[in-house]
Amino acid sequence: MIDVGNALIERGSFRLTATLSVPAGQICAIVGPSGSGKSTLLEAIAGFLPLTSGHIRIDGEDITARPPAERPVTLLFQSNNLFPHLDIERNVGLGLKPSLSLTADDRRAIADVLREVGLADLAARRPAELSGGQRQRAALARALLRKQPALLLDEPLAALGPALRDEMLALIDASVLQRGIAVLMITHAPEEARGIAHLTALCMEGRIDGAHPTAEVFANPGPELAAYLGKG
Amino acid sequence: MISPRVLFGGGIALTLLLALTLGALVVVGMQGVEAGALRPADWRALTFTLEQAFLSAALSVLLAIPLARALARRRFWGRDTLTSLLGAPFLLPVIVAILGVIAVWGRSGWIADAMGWAGLGRLNVYGMPGILIAHVFFNLPLAARLVLQGLADLPPERWRVAAQLGIEGRALFRLVEWPAIRASAPGAFALVFLVCATSFAVALALGGGPRATTLELAIYEAASYDFDLGRAARLAGLQFAVCAVAALVAFAASAPVTASPGALTLVERWDGRSRASRLGDAATILVVCLFLGAPMLAIFLRGVGGLDDLTGVVWAAAGRSLIVAVLAILITLLLSLGLAALIVALQTRGSRTAARLADLAGLLPIAASPFVIGIAFIIVLRPVADPFALALPLTAIVNAAMATPFALRILIPAIRLAHDEHGRLADSLGLTGLTRLRVLYWPRVRQPLGFAAGLSGALAIGDLGVIALFSTPSEPTLPLLMHLLASSRQIDAAYGAALVLIALSFGVFWVFDRLGRTG
Repeated sequence: MIDVGNALIERGSFRLTATLSVPAGQICAIVGPSGSGKSTLLEAIAGFLPLTSGHIRIDGEDITARPPAERPVTLLFQSNNLFPHLDIERNVGLGLKPSLSLTADDRRAIADVLREVGLADLAARRPAELSGGQRQRAALARALLRKQPALLLDEPLAALGPALRDEMLALIDASVLQRGIAVLMITHAPEEARGIAHLTALCMEGRIDGAHPTAEVFANPGPELAAYLGKG
Repeated sequence: MISPRVLFGGGIALTLLLALTLGALVVVGMQGVEAGALRPADWRALTFTLEQAFLSAALSVLLAIPLARALARRRFWGRDTLTSLLGAPFLLPVIVAILGVIAVWGRSGWIADAMGWAGLGRLNVYGMPGILIAHVFFNLPLAARLVLQGLADLPPERWRVAAQLGIEGRALFRLVEWPAIRASAPGAFALVFLVCATSFAVALALGGGPRATTLELAIYEAASYDFDLGRAARLAGLQFAVCAVAALVAFAASAPVTASPGALTLVERWDGRSRASRLGDAATILVVCLFLGAPMLAIFLRGVGGLDDLTGVVWAAAGRSLIVAVLAILITLLLSLGLAALIVALQTRGSRTAARLADLAGLLPIAASPFVIGIAFIIVLRPVADPFALALPLTAIVNAAMATPFALRILIPAIRLAHDEHGRLADSLGLTGLTRLRVLYWPRVRQPLGFAAGLSGALAIGDLGVIALFSTPSEPTLPLLMHLLASSRQIDAAYGAALVLIALSFGVFWVFDRLGRTG
């Protein structure tokens, strides 16, 4: 359960106010024009930006003041989630042990999760030898291994083609949500939100006012969303 | 099709540059009747050159790594100023830095006084120690900037992923910092090695004698004391080979050098919050600031005292240095603009191989000895004119040749960018000739042109090299006068003149850089 209450985040002259909550095992899409503050929210939840006021709770625990490493969340970026000179096994293994002193049990767990995301054969490869979609799946494998109750996705599919995107969404559905992880996902594509997201939150001009059932949001778009989506 | 104007101008620039570098080597080499085998003294100069260049480069880079790490992850008041100042030693006349190093580390310097007071005996700065201190003083900032650039070029996500996974301390160094350092440090090492391998003024002032003579100093001594041109040519050939190898390594191993002193973007970092790490970084920055700042402070303090000792001789010398600088700027810009235009034209419309060869020719001066160019001028001109009467223009030409590689590194990317972004638009609009120059290139090239002009002017004004060959002690340039004053124990006057030289050097840079930005 991700719970953001009356959060005020200031970054230079930019201000974002946000309130939303995402129950465990559900996915919430954040939709809005670029520059509206979508990424700012995820960075604040992950601990990379401080809150001026308000709170962030994960599974009821207040994490507002904790440093990034002590927050039970994983933030996945559009790119550069992997360390280029480590093979995939060790990149994923960082999710278990930042020191990379992996035991036999650890390596079995890594192999299991790599099999789950369809990268079982590529454990010994380096990121540069993988496609963009494979790299994102490796990053997702690491997130699964960390067993954190919240996953934040900053347009992780933006650089992928339609087929890979569907594949990745299916994987998120099957692996992430089944584990009861709460997901917040930024997207530019309304059909992505409609395809997978239980909830949708609009981010307009530095404001996020709650997450609502996706079907409802798109059935009765307010004037702002209608303007963003355009006609048709 | 390459326009005939570009071909003509670039061709002339290329020919001049080849004549000044390879041509001069041939002219001097032809004088050497029995130029064959190397003598023991030649070997000593070669091994000493390699040894001090290796140690200077190793020390500079080893110290640059902790400094760059500290600057990359700390935010503090004055950090941006400090990183910009790391670009300043490039503009600082060598002789000024040498006097500063002597004031701090010399026989009656601050360190020696402190050591004497503590009963530790006196440090002898002359010879290898002094040469290393001066070289590290100059090149540690350069190396630190290159390593810092490497760290700043890392994608910001990498630090965030590390912060999120709780990667800290040694693991962070191994996973994130070390790969970036490993990518940038070899280039920095090779560049510093190259700079130190051709070192003259530092070796002249702090070294000398059979045990501490660099190739460049040996060339000068062979040419001006012994007038043994055969030996000078032999040594110059040796130096050319050493530099060519180092230059190839430097440019193969390094990313494009950004010489412009600018603030490097700072990403937010979450590591190094521990007390030990903060103290370590603070100590590193403090020690380096002291090491770099103390000589500058010493020059300032002693220079202010020496201002009263300044006579008309100093101002006359300053005038000569200004003349050299202005001439050098003009020649540098003509050479480098012509060649840069040709190289870009070849890159975009001609053969890639030809472009690369022309580019390589533009780097030749880095490996050339200014003394060989100077000696060649004396040999060629002596039948028709008095080369010593032409001391100032000849010094300017040699300095212009030496500054051309730097100017090219600054100008080529700018011209290329203008061409790539709007060249086709200009083609489709039928812009040619002067209009094309004014609309397409001038707005893009103006600022780098000013920067290159300021840089070559500052280098020429601070030059203590080939001028020592041409100039008579009665009509010196300012750096030469400072050297003469310092070696004739008029040390206060030398420090006073140092302040004038600093003002001139940075003033010339500032004026031309400003002209490029605004005028």
